[in-house]
Amino acid sequence: MKASMQAQATHEGAGGKSGASAGTGNELVHPMWLRVTHWLNALAAIIMVLSGWRIYDASPVIKGFMIPLHLTLGGWLAGALQWHFAAMWLLMVNGLVYLALNLATGRLFSKFFPLTLRAIVSDLFAALTGRLHHDDLRRYNAVQKLAYLVVIVDLIVLVLSGLAIWKSVQFPSLRWLMGGYDTARVVHFNAMAILVAFFVVHVVMVAIVPRSLLAMLRGR
Amino acid sequence: MYEANKPRPLDRASILLDVRSELATPSRRLFTKRALTLGGLSLLTGCSLTDDASVNRLLMSVSRFNDRVQAWLFDPKRLAPTYTEAQLTRPFPFNAYYEIGDVPEVNASGFMLELSGLVTGKKRWTLPELYALPHAEQITRHICVEGWSAIGRWGGTPFADFLRRVGADTSAKYVGFRCADDYYESIDMATALHAQTLLTFQYDGNILPAQYGFPMKLRMPTKLGYKNPKHIVAIFVTNTYPGGYWSDQGYNWFGGS
Repeated sequence: MKASMQAQATHEGAGGKSGASAGTGNELVHPMWLRVTHWLNALAAIIMVLSGWRIYDASPVIKGFMIPLHLTLGGWLAGALQWHFAAMWLLMVNGLVYLALNLATGRLFSKFFPLTLRAIVSDLFAALTGRLHHDDLRRYNAVQKLAYLVVIVDLIVLVLSGLAIWKSVQFPSLRWLMGGYDTARVVHFNAMAILVAFFVVHVVMVAIVPRSLLAMLRGR
Repeated sequence: MYEANKPRPLDRASILLDVRSELATPSRRLFTKRALTLGGLSLLTGCSLTDDASVNRLLMSVSRFNDRVQAWLFDPKRLAPTYTEAQLTRPFPFNAYYEIGDVPEVNASGFMLELSGLVTGKKRWTLPELYALPHAEQITRHICVEGWSAIGRWGGTPFADFLRRVGADTSAKYVGFRCADDYYESIDMATALHAQTLLTFQYDGNILPAQYGFPMKLRMPTKLGYKNPKHIVAIFVTNTYPGGYWSDQGYNWFGGS
């Protein structure tokens, strides 16, 4: 507690805006557009994964491995496909808006770079030994940077492999890029697994640092 | 920066502000927690959400929108990849809405393919007459809506030529099919006229066996498996949306690949 108050005070000194709100973390952590695209992406991704699991079960990529049906969305294959091909528009359009604004505002580079292997290793070590601080939510540590960059690339791979499966005849270059129709399914499945792994770690981290959830909701 | 030796007078207004925001936080947090859990629950019980009529209507209208997107994406000149004989999937899987024991046995002698709707030419075709039509072969990938795929070899006549031969109005919107197994299906005219759309009478060099759709199957490598009707007994050309066995139950109608 004392340490965090000291850290807040330091931020205040280093560039805080208002004296009245000193120490309450009242600086904007996430702009509105980021919060909106984050939650829309979360909604779309959850629908895509849950309905995707039902579609997967119709013809499992890994022989013998099925997702319990009660965890899936859509009821039956046709329902799951309807959810999947409806939420894909939200995922894709929202993702494009996020990427465009992230690039246009320069946030992508200021937030995620520079990123060095040395920083990742030392921050990961600090995190695993419980010594990684989250005093300033506006600044991502190296592990966060890596995790968010991985999930951004992973979502792009998910969309591209999904398009290669959905329209394998109409998008021959995507089909080629994904190694053909059958391999595109394997890519799609593995990218889903990475997304789910990210989701689990992400939610655990939010539970450990609940302020980050508030910041993603109200911006500060 | 604070000055260590000069105690600051208390700023009541800013302290109150801080206390209020701190007090507001737990309830806000609790609300979010509940909202997230509710959202999670309603998603996890996908069945009840899917049973909701308004949700269903929304999903169906997105599916109709996806029909239009796919029609727009469909390139009449784009060919599906073809494969070599060595790449054939053996045995080619049987797939239908019933078990293999229930495959219809269509009697070849006296069989007549019936044409109707916006067609001006010959309306009844015997099998020998159909077999005498110009022949084309293809080895293409059959992609099932379930996700699996299999490579097969089909032989028959280009469907576009056949439609022109029978005087079909190729400016009409749909071509519909009725099948001996009570299956029915319909496709868009652009796909019907695609170079790889074949009215097939053969599988792997032999007369199409019953389990693959005797007497004939419309083979379209640009569409998913369920759009390729088997055991066809009647073909019609129309501007009225005819639907299909699976699309009437919620599967996407265009079903393009």
